[in-house]
Amino acid sequence: MIRYVLKRTLSLVISLAVASVVIFLVIEVAPGDPAAFMLGLNAQPDTVAALRTELGLDMSNPERYLAWVGGMLTGDFGTSYTYRTPVGEMIADRLWVSLPLALYALALSTLIAFPAGIYAAARRGKPGDMAVMGATQLGVAVPNFWFAMMLVLILSINLRWFSAGGFPGWEVGIFPAMKALTLPAIALALPQAAILARVMRSSLIDILGEDFMRTARAKGLTRRQALWRHGVRNALIPVLTIMGLQFSFLLAGGIIIEQVFFLPGLGRLIFQAISARDLIVVESVVMLLVFSVVLVNFLVDLTYAAVDPRLRNRT
Amino acid sequence: MKSRSLYIGAILCIVVVFGALISFVWTPFDITLMDIPNKLQTPSAVHWFGTDHFGRDIFSMIMIGARTSLAVALVAVGIGMGIGVPLGLWAAARTGGWTDEIIMRSNDLIFAFPSLVIAILITAVFGASAVNAIIAIGIFNIPVFARLTRGSALSLWEREFILAARVSGKNAIRVSVEHILPNVMNLLIVQGTIQFSLGILAEAGLSYVGLGAQPPVPSWGRMLADAQTMVSLAPHLALIPGFAIVISVLGLNLLGDGLRDLFDPRIRVERT
Repeated sequence: MIRYVLKRTLSLVISLAVASVVIFLVIEVAPGDPAAFMLGLNAQPDTVAALRTELGLDMSNPERYLAWVGGMLTGDFGTSYTYRTPVGEMIADRLWVSLPLALYALALSTLIAFPAGIYAAARRGKPGDMAVMGATQLGVAVPNFWFAMMLVLILSINLRWFSAGGFPGWEVGIFPAMKALTLPAIALALPQAAILARVMRSSLIDILGEDFMRTARAKGLTRRQALWRHGVRNALIPVLTIMGLQFSFLLAGGIIIEQVFFLPGLGRLIFQAISARDLIVVESVVMLLVFSVVLVNFLVDLTYAAVDPRLRNRT
Repeated sequence: MKSRSLYIGAILCIVVVFGALISFVWTPFDITLMDIPNKLQTPSAVHWFGTDHFGRDIFSMIMIGARTSLAVALVAVGIGMGIGVPLGLWAAARTGGWTDEIIMRSNDLIFAFPSLVIAILITAVFGASAVNAIIAIGIFNIPVFARLTRGSALSLWEREFILAARVSGKNAIRVSVEHILPNVMNLLIVQGTIQFSLGILAEAGLSYVGLGAQPPVPSWGRMLADAQTMVSLAPHLALIPGFAIVISVLGLNLLGDGLRDLFDPRIRVERT
């Protein structure tokens, strides 16, 4: 197990290092000088040069890369070109919206998908299964931002149950803040729940066909007991992988949903940064998203290895 | 059951493709002309899907928007297959070697970048356009096809007919092209329909946030972005492009399911 953990950790570090080089290089080839952009067309060349020095733009590329990565490792993400505030603080502020939104959506998606998938698998081929499968087929075809607009149209504009957007902040209390995140979380969760329910169903159907399930029944367990004690537990492995992948998708997918609901999360931060050519912010947010994807997959892999010793010897 | 999803999927896809193709020669109205007196009309006999805030005919815009969606998604699948499949075949032929390792690790790396994040990076640098959206979605498709191809090619390499081909003196490239590729083709086609539908969703999302097709090129995602501020005033502006997306994606997914059942008799037997 220790060897496996070390090996996976090494590959995690290599992935992150390569990803950081790729992100840095892509941003570096960006045409245009951020300093000149910030100061406008009529700026004096010496003012631009002074700002370049201040922003560290006059260093060589390898120096700037090392400064960026070194800074991130010590929690210093640099200073935003446009806001002149530390990027780390800006990201931390926005994470307080984006992270709870992703977790809320993941929780909703699980709460919908598990019962739906288990129900469909237990009633395989019957009308209940068909209904669930039809609904999931529709669920994966619906773009989440359009679904979000429909939720706003029905629940905010017509029924006036929720506000159509904005975020009051956590200072006003957990309930109003969670309420503001509810529609965005539903919009993010539903298409994901459709995928997760399908995975849960097919995984459980595979398990139900195994010999040990027949043995469990032969030992005198009822269908229901066998399903819950032996079926669902074993079916969870592939479901967990998909959940790991989905979490990172929810974090990145939140970027679009935040636009629909005018939420001050990472999504709005990155789009503002793109239009203001505040590339240090774009660079850091993208790195953070990639980091979260790689880290979640790493944790999922380790969890598996802990649960299922057979997986440790693979790769 | 399965042939039903094949038929429904095929019909939905044909409707969308047909609409897109016809728009090259004919649309009910010219969408470059504004007709402000007739703005925000609800669906009627003249304007089947109503008009937008500039008085443009939405039915015509949907037809031309289908072109954008299909073109972006199709080329992105082409990029993914064109690069991913050869990489996957190569990795399987050289399994365990350093080429396999490098190919698969770089695929893992691309997997760490969700397509939206690739698109953000590309547009931050080169600006937003439909071409950049294609590149972003296409890059994301590469590891999907590479992994699928490698995975199924690996098990084929163990089979006796491949051994026979090797013994008859064919090198790895010929074996891959002549024997492995035809045997993974069905899987690739099914995955292709899935990536195609994901491409349509991704293009819509990117255009919605302004990272995809730029005006005046009509795209379903942009139509939804324009509709957002008017959703209480004219809900049909938001409803219709959304339905267009759902119908295309649903059609492709059903077609993919139907094709999978058709290609894989084992599953067909198991299900009936």
